[in-house]
Amino acid sequence: MNYQLSEEERMLQKTAEDFANKSLAAVAVESNERGEFQEDIYKQLGELGFLGMTLPEKYGGVDFGNFCLALSIEQISRVCASTAVAISVHNSLVNWVILNFGSDEIREKYLPMLASGETLGAYALTESNAGSDIGSIQTSAVRKGDNYILNGSKLFVSTGDKAGVVIVFARTDPENRNQGLAAFIVEPDFPGFSIGKVEKKMGLKASSTVELVFEDCVVPVANLLAEEGKGMEIALGGLDGGRIGIASQALGISQAALDEAIRFARERKQFGTRIIDFQSTRWKIADMVTKLEASRLLVYAAAKSRDRGEVTTKLTSMAKLFSTRAANEIVNDSLQIHGGVGYTSEFLIERLYRDVRALEIYEGTSEIQKMVISREIIKEYDRIFPE
Amino acid sequence: MKIIVLLKRVPDTEAKILINSKGSGINEEGVKFIINTYDEYAIEEGLKLKETVGGDSTVTVVCMGVEESTEIIRTALAMGVDKGIHICDAALEKATPAVIATVLAKAIEDNGFDIIFCGKQGIDYDMAQTQAFLAEKLDIPQVNVIAEFKISEDNKKVFLLRRIEGADEKVEADLPVIISCAKGLNEPRYASLPGIMKAKKKEIKKLTLADLDSSGASEEKKSTIINWLPLPKSGECKIIEGEEPGEKAVELARLLREEAKVL
Repeated sequence: MNYQLSEEERMLQKTAEDFANKSLAAVAVESNERGEFQEDIYKQLGELGFLGMTLPEKYGGVDFGNFCLALSIEQISRVCASTAVAISVHNSLVNWVILNFGSDEIREKYLPMLASGETLGAYALTESNAGSDIGSIQTSAVRKGDNYILNGSKLFVSTGDKAGVVIVFARTDPENRNQGLAAFIVEPDFPGFSIGKVEKKMGLKASSTVELVFEDCVVPVANLLAEEGKGMEIALGGLDGGRIGIASQALGISQAALDEAIRFARERKQFGTRIIDFQSTRWKIADMVTKLEASRLLVYAAAKSRDRGEVTTKLTSMAKLFSTRAANEIVNDSLQIHGGVGYTSEFLIERLYRDVRALEIYEGTSEIQKMVISREIIKEYDRIFPE
Repeated sequence: MKIIVLLKRVPDTEAKILINSKGSGINEEGVKFIINTYDEYAIEEGLKLKETVGGDSTVTVVCMGVEESTEIIRTALAMGVDKGIHICDAALEKATPAVIATVLAKAIEDNGFDIIFCGKQGIDYDMAQTQAFLAEKLDIPQVNVIAEFKISEDNKKVFLLRRIEGADEKVEADLPVIISCAKGLNEPRYASLPGIMKAKKKEIKKLTLADLDSSGASEEKKSTIINWLPLPKSGECKIIEGEEPGEKAVELARLLREEAKVL
């Protein structure tokens, strides 16, 4: 399909594609097998500008916007979904939150190092009893002079052990469930910060996922984002953009699964026939490509809408819900076309199958997306067509 | 130092090339066009030379080609090239290497030059002639397919290495010189995002034959492509079935005699 990209968008897409096909592909298989984080890849991504995509030039960013970020994540994800999620978290969550809620001083301190890739950003939101239910966050932040003292622990923090800047959500008001949260910027060398359990995951093995522990962790008051009570708003605002990132990651995985399916089906012969000539294969391929292009339309529309400054809550949730579900189905069909060998690690589809499962879970499960979408559409009806 | 890099827009290496129905060219539908792969090494070497020499050195890409070539020029600018010259004229549609070289020579002379880098050949027509014609037109030495490049301290001489069958050949040449590049010479950089941003503000000078006083250039052609033909189809393969090798051999002999009539 022709998405009518501008010359600049095509050039950026080409750089992302070339980087993915050359530099990233050269290390992706091994780093996923060994569960190794490729520091050098992030250094290169920083130099090329992929870690400050939505930041203004004055903070060292390239200010390309969410649509260009989506195009880039899609290309990277085609080759390594682990790298794609790290880029998404870094740009859409961490950079965005600091740009929109940090004081001038905080922005000047942290954004240039994030944009250049000198350090990576992590987003510490989830807790053992606060997953979809953010209002149940228990990590506490108590003001003491010029500092806040944080206590508690955070789970499933992507690249939490590699990041130099961590956005941590904690409770400043125990009495006020949803309005009692605040967001802080924490650096790993602040006293009382430590890395807990390193998760052994099913997939996305080239990106680490860890627990972060805060024991009387001392955070300067200046590192409070916006003000006390704004935590929930900040968390959800970040996720709005983050969801476009994850949806773009889904596009890349889907494209890779489709490419692999067609490549395999053209070569594989059974009963004296290429399996791509069987109707059962062709119907699968028709479904796969239709789901992929429909996903693209939705994801690109969401990203462009966000670039126009519109409220995109419903659209980003629809994009994430649809594209991540589609990606799971497309990968599943591709593996089925591969047959037995698709179940072995010799073939890329085996990794895609493990990687794609996370997409319907993180940055808002599919169930949460449905809650958001239904709430937003009912709100629209209530406003336009009151009962 | 004025560094020139020649640039050509060619079909993607992965594209399936089909001859159009008239036999006058290729069917461009659905074909992606890219920077000629070898030209990327030329761009990289040009940029590296600018970094080495420093001062007020500039790298200028010169591209002759259709309107759409702007995109590859812009990509070169995003890689770090300073300026683009785009020669675009309907009269050049079927230009042969001799004509192209005549036009390029004019544009390059008008701009000024100390050294010219190009790819060792276009990956589309595979003629590898333009650089030779151009060297002749400019009356400068040419060294083809280099493996190593160094410049003298006074920036007046280049020391080159050519990898030939079984040996390395050391070559020295005085500037100005034209040098063709191939894989292995360097690792071309990516067009970075800040580079893409900066490229928007860089100049691409558009020229026609009239601007270059070269309206008669097309008379210089030394050869003409008459027609393009699709490749002959390779013969169908016949697999001889059978249980025993001996049985298959008998069948093979029978087919060679009765069908192929070669025995």
